[in-house]
Amino acid sequence: MPAVDYIVTIGLEVHCQLNTQSKMFCACPSQYGESPNTLTCPVCLGLPGALPVLNEGAIRRTILAGMMLGCSTPPVVKWDRKNYFYPDMPKNYQTTQFDLPLCLGGGVPLYDMNYPKDWQKKIARPGQVISLTRIHLEEDVAKSTHMGNGTAIDFNRAGTPLMEIVSEPEIETAEEAVAYLNSLRQILVYAGVSDADMEKGQMRCDVNISLRPHGQKDFGAKIELKNLNSVSAVRRAIHFETERQAEELDRGIKQVQSTRRWDDDRGETTLMRTKEDAHDYRYLPCPDLLPLHTNNMVTEISRSVPETPHARRARFVGVLGVSEYDAGVLCSEKSLADYFEEAAAGLSKPKAVANWIINDLLGQLGSRGMTLEQNPIPAAGIRALAEFVETGKINGGQAKEVFVAMFDTRKAPADIIREKGLEQLSDTGFLDEIITIVLADNADAVAKIKAGNDKAINALKGQVMKLSAGKANPAIVGEMLEKRLKD
Amino acid sequence: MPDALHTLTIAELRTLLQKREISPADIIHDLEASITARDPEIGAYLHRDTAAALAAAEKADLSAPLGGIPVAIKDVLNVQGQPATAGSKMLRGYISPYDATCIAKLKSAGAIPFGKLNMDEFAMGSSNENSAWQLTRNPWDTTRVPGGSSGASAAAVAARTAIASLGSDTGGSIRQPAAFCGITGLKPTYGRVSRYGLIAYASSLDQVGPMTRTVEDAALVLQAIAGHDPQDSTSLNAPVPDYSAALRRGVSGMKIGLPREYFIDGIDPAVRAAVEAGVKELERQGATVREISLPHTRFAIAAYYIIATAEASANLARFDGVRYGHRCDTPADLRDMYDRSRAEGFGPEVKRRIILGTYVLSSGYYDAYYRKAQKVRTLIARDFAEAFKEVDLIASPVTPTAAFKIGKNAGDPLQMYLADIFTIANNLSGVCGISVPCGYSAEGLPIGLQLTGRPLGEEDLLRGAFAYEQATDWHRRLPQKS
Repeated sequence: MPAVDYIVTIGLEVHCQLNTQSKMFCACPSQYGESPNTLTCPVCLGLPGALPVLNEGAIRRTILAGMMLGCSTPPVVKWDRKNYFYPDMPKNYQTTQFDLPLCLGGGVPLYDMNYPKDWQKKIARPGQVISLTRIHLEEDVAKSTHMGNGTAIDFNRAGTPLMEIVSEPEIETAEEAVAYLNSLRQILVYAGVSDADMEKGQMRCDVNISLRPHGQKDFGAKIELKNLNSVSAVRRAIHFETERQAEELDRGIKQVQSTRRWDDDRGETTLMRTKEDAHDYRYLPCPDLLPLHTNNMVTEISRSVPETPHARRARFVGVLGVSEYDAGVLCSEKSLADYFEEAAAGLSKPKAVANWIINDLLGQLGSRGMTLEQNPIPAAGIRALAEFVETGKINGGQAKEVFVAMFDTRKAPADIIREKGLEQLSDTGFLDEIITIVLADNADAVAKIKAGNDKAINALKGQVMKLSAGKANPAIVGEMLEKRLKD
Repeated sequence: MPDALHTLTIAELRTLLQKREISPADIIHDLEASITARDPEIGAYLHRDTAAALAAAEKADLSAPLGGIPVAIKDVLNVQGQPATAGSKMLRGYISPYDATCIAKLKSAGAIPFGKLNMDEFAMGSSNENSAWQLTRNPWDTTRVPGGSSGASAAAVAARTAIASLGSDTGGSIRQPAAFCGITGLKPTYGRVSRYGLIAYASSLDQVGPMTRTVEDAALVLQAIAGHDPQDSTSLNAPVPDYSAALRRGVSGMKIGLPREYFIDGIDPAVRAAVEAGVKELERQGATVREISLPHTRFAIAAYYIIATAEASANLARFDGVRYGHRCDTPADLRDMYDRSRAEGFGPEVKRRIILGTYVLSSGYYDAYYRKAQKVRTLIARDFAEAFKEVDLIASPVTPTAAFKIGKNAGDPLQMYLADIFTIANNLSGVCGISVPCGYSAEGLPIGLQLTGRPLGEEDLLRGAFAYEQATDWHRRLPQKS
């Protein structure tokens, strides 16, 4: 049977670093890029006698993320020790949450925009929400670097607060997995709890995937995929693994529960271990940390939950009059949505601002391979540009020219307009002189108009614009021409 | 200058220091002489930095409550710049980069940490025979054990080679050696003293406490080390009362309970007689005595050896040869390094407990062992809570017998475990307890009276123990030669 004849079932386990100042169980700074082993203390090095203390900021961020995802928080949560030996784990147990995690239930909505670009027209289940099993809060391990003659370990990362977000096995395709990861990241960024950048290792993902023939009720053997370091790797690995399992099942090879490693260069997975080699983690309630009562914290946090991407998009459409598509683009990145709101605040035509951002700004950034963080134009600049157009100080064509100059020179639009002498001519005395010349030179056209052919007025308008070197305010020219010809 | 400063108590030395009749350095010199003379036979000290202690003595703030008083430290506690081996080869050569909170508190109270004391490896044992380094002998009879695991902490104080010491108590490790060596040992309420910097054996049971010559000294040391510590989430955020003020309140009107389950067959008749006489003395001073019941006592040892070993199996996982401590020579690979480093670094009792703890947490056994043990623990705590509705203190023996001969129980771990029957329930329920000398056996070995108090009932303990001590002179007796 080809792969299409199998039901594919996918669940994701996502680890996400939280953007707290300090680590999960000690006061060491939680940051990236310092010299190895400089951000350490007896606690995160696991020295004899050191004890953990909970980071309240990390707990609050996790509860908040849970609220944005529709999870509930049990009244009492606790931390447990997960025992296994590995050099990147200084205590040889990870302090994590086993049976009473911070968040239960909830779900990740698969926003259309977050499917792969080539899949936008093939979305099988629009508006689908993937249920979450739980979110728990634990400590990250140190970073191992394997070298020729040994392994170097940097404990700066050890103890970074890490949320593990576990989905139900409800994802059906690689593309849904992509949409899940992008939507989840988007929501976590909106929550302000993490930058959730997979390329920077702030978000990491393990995939559980099983296949079963149509008609079979029980799930097939669960295969876990590791070493997936980008969203595109997740997509490619799921495609590879679906094919691989289908092919083996076709040939009558039974799948066994196992863990496989994705090799991004070779584009394939290889076996790491099977169930027989699985660890017995011997979970034990952590005796150094007391169970935590969450009710007061939950009440407090619920008073200030940020808008979800979904709600913001709806507001852009309903309140600001932006199109569905544009609102989706603007809300795809929180920073872009913030930029738009800052630029459009109080303007009568927010839609014009949306157009500037989506068509011109994103276009320029894209064509020059720049990111939004490198955007040279402050929101106030876009806002001023839109205002100049709205009040008729410059026309559309001029505005395009001003925009490009703003992008290249980082100057304010008012300065550019002045330097380039782009202000539209609205001086009726001067325009009247030009119109007099044009009417005299185009007696035929004037006659036609007087005979009732209104279209000929456009030709005259063009002549006036030409004589004014494009600076004439077209609206005013139109009004003046009509007045002269019809009086 | 009065001679034999090493024979004086903290309170006595403080008086002399404040009158400027002696200096802190005089005490260090005198102790050093006493250690040189006596310790080769006792074997209490693993390490001492006399130069550092003398330097600290120079700067000692005599106005502070323990200003200028040297205190010897069980090797399970971290003292910055000094070795911390927890009695294990695993930590040979390890120098601690930080002070345990109780050490920092001692220092800020003016005390001078002086010397690291032998112990059973990782505090697992009742005799100090499990030390990887050396045997510590009982100053009263050097063919006998000093008890454990804080055996050397008791032996040094008894032999007058330390003024006072800190020990740790997970199942009786302060009270039992205090009883065996004829000194005072106080195990505070769980959470009263910070565990930060105490190398963990069983985190939910471990507690640091003072080991001293007198009850008054115990109050002084406890005063310095007690209190909330933001670095230990299990430390109690409760005010620290004035313990010395509690000493002289007397026992008149106090209610004392005798648990029927503690006065059982198998107790040495001399121990029973001494403890009963001790209780009579308290009664004579106006306390009322009644029988009580702690019905789940018989399950305590089993529950203890499940919970303590489960926690230990995780706590001791960090000793792997990767970052510090013992690493085997020329490991073939990572697994080989783990296996041989741990096989070589840990002694047999530690291995026994790690294996036991690993077993009880294994998939499929958790409910049968660990979860059930936790239920038992709850029942035992309830026993004490019920008892303390009726009485202020519980009086009992500390151990069924006086100090046993070196080697007697070494080959029989179960017999060794069973000797902890009267001390273990205290740790499981988190209450506080004290051992004070209450007599001597026919062989001249000290016997201890244990008083157990309600959670944060240290004032009651000190009140009862002090009243008893003041009416007797057991604590004034010296082991031969000391």
